[in-house]
Amino acid sequence: MKMDNEKERMLRLLRKMLLIRRFEEKSAELYTATKIRGFLHLYIGEEAVAVGVMEVLTPEDAIVATYREHGQALARGMSPNAIMAEMYGKQEGCSRGRGGSMHLFDAATRFYGGNAIVGGGLPLSLGLAMADKMQGKSRVTCCFFGDGAVAEGVFHESMNLASLWKLPVLFVCENNLYAMGTAICYTQAVPELASKGAGYGVQSSSVDGMDVLAVGEAARIATDHVRQGNGPYFLECRTYRFRPHSMFDTELYRTREEVQEWKKRDPIDLLSKRLKDDGLFSDQEMASMERDVAGEVEAAVVFAEAGTWEPVEDLTRFVYSEKRVP
Amino acid sequence: MSEQSAIRATTYREAVREAIREALLKDERVFLMGEDVGHYGGCYAVSKGLLAEFGPERIRDTPLSESAFVGAGIGAAMGGMRPIVEIMTVNFSLLALDQILNNAATILHMSGGQFNVPLVIRMATGAGRQLAAQHAHSLEGWFAHIPGLRIVTPATLEDARGMLWTALQEPDPVIIFENNTLYNLEGTLPENAGPIDIDSAKVRRSGSDLTIITYSASLFKSLEAAETLAREGIEAEVIDLRSLRPLDDATYLASIAKTHRALIVDEGWRSGGISAEISARIMEKAFYDLDLPVMRLCSAEVPIPYARHMEEAALPQVASIIAAAKRMVTHG
Repeated sequence: MKMDNEKERMLRLLRKMLLIRRFEEKSAELYTATKIRGFLHLYIGEEAVAVGVMEVLTPEDAIVATYREHGQALARGMSPNAIMAEMYGKQEGCSRGRGGSMHLFDAATRFYGGNAIVGGGLPLSLGLAMADKMQGKSRVTCCFFGDGAVAEGVFHESMNLASLWKLPVLFVCENNLYAMGTAICYTQAVPELASKGAGYGVQSSSVDGMDVLAVGEAARIATDHVRQGNGPYFLECRTYRFRPHSMFDTELYRTREEVQEWKKRDPIDLLSKRLKDDGLFSDQEMASMERDVAGEVEAAVVFAEAGTWEPVEDLTRFVYSEKRVP
Repeated sequence: MSEQSAIRATTYREAVREAIREALLKDERVFLMGEDVGHYGGCYAVSKGLLAEFGPERIRDTPLSESAFVGAGIGAAMGGMRPIVEIMTVNFSLLALDQILNNAATILHMSGGQFNVPLVIRMATGAGRQLAAQHAHSLEGWFAHIPGLRIVTPATLEDARGMLWTALQEPDPVIIFENNTLYNLEGTLPENAGPIDIDSAKVRRSGSDLTIITYSASLFKSLEAAETLAREGIEAEVIDLRSLRPLDDATYLASIAKTHRALIVDEGWRSGGISAEISARIMEKAFYDLDLPVMRLCSAEVPIPYARHMEEAALPQVASIIAAAKRMVTHG
């Protein structure tokens, strides 16, 4: 019985990672076909972080993410259709086509955006957590950001304030070793990012961000700490981006060998191999899961293609609210 | 306002404090946060006594982290609270400009209308107290450039008392600029003074010879100038803009249709400032009403200097308003 639950859970994690992977591969293709424009930042390689963390959050919790947030949005359970339509710029998109890839929002799942200012989402997460705390709600706000954000002043301001006011924030640092194209050794005097928490009295830990089960376990410990009213927690997930920073990146700053080396630790392969080694998963089942995911991605493309353009007359909507909020 | 209501003497500072107090009493979602608002009582003593009355949950002293606490205000507003965030002075708001522009003013739009930000930011602005070039600028016109924000500039006690509650009812971010030379302004308010609109400009003095368009502390310089001008037979109409975004075009255009002369008095810098915007709107909408070109009196284009005589020279003053008005009427 326990084995079945565990298997189900692992298959669920695997499927989510696979969905993100295939969804983004399709997105890259659609970018090349000029269906998707603007900036497109792929999460490929980092899927275990979003999927592992999101698993321990409840629907009541809030998420603040970065401009590389397709993974978080999908892992949170946002509709792939609405995300794809958003990237097409269609009004059926999750932000009505006003945001694009970098600004996915969804009130229904408390997804407070893709924020494209590095570190810009950190203070928002403090405020959301404050609001919950002041309203007596036992919720966690989970804020994702990269290693680049740790160099921003606002990271340090936010860690201090969150700790000072014991705010229920889970800080998840996705350390993929590069701030855009600059390696962490050129940007951090102390590259052990989990050590930053100590100066602010924020409980911190580091985890292998390529291992979804390890991320899940670390995130569970972290959210328990936050939910028990102990204040914020800083979780560093050591991960790697397999694709370029965006679609315009020629990757002059890292070697092919380095990328290949990290690909040996592909989070999807790691989990599927583990499942197969334990005899819990067959090649046929994997093929079936692939087909199922491909169908979901294809449906998202069909939905986005069929989407409609917001009338230009609506251009100045959503600058101010259309009705007063009680 | 009820006729029976007693009138009492008060100050601008007390009027703002009363407004905050009223909001805290009326709506449990309201709280105040900022640097030195609690134990110190507010840099300009606006929030003195509120910590004792409402406690540290609702009167929150923050670290010197403008970006974090302004951003936290945005998040709290999205999370169902009604924060009043105090920024000590306008120059410090630049440390939070990323949060104000990239988040507060933008999230409603970026989210396709899903998340609004009912946040009120208050900050001190303006020169005149020898605070030099990092404490005394007038950047409200600059903020008024930003779609998604509402910018209000209460000059009178009535507005200082009444605009806050109305701002808190707005679903979108409102920035209230309080000119720091006004905090000691004395006057009277009825005991039952309450909310007042934040949309409209007001004619503070009627006149037929020229229209002086101004706001905030320059209102009082303009009114004083108008009294002197009146003794010399020139009747100036003085318009208090009150809101810089949106601008109430109708009020000043109606006045210009009557006076045919427009003088804008603005403590912001001239180049690309709110005075330039108003001037352009007058040209677009009332060109043929004008007897002569719009004139502007703005701050000199220098960082605000410390020395008193230099600071005075940098700002529009009663004498310069009188001189400009006379030139316009004589040559118009």
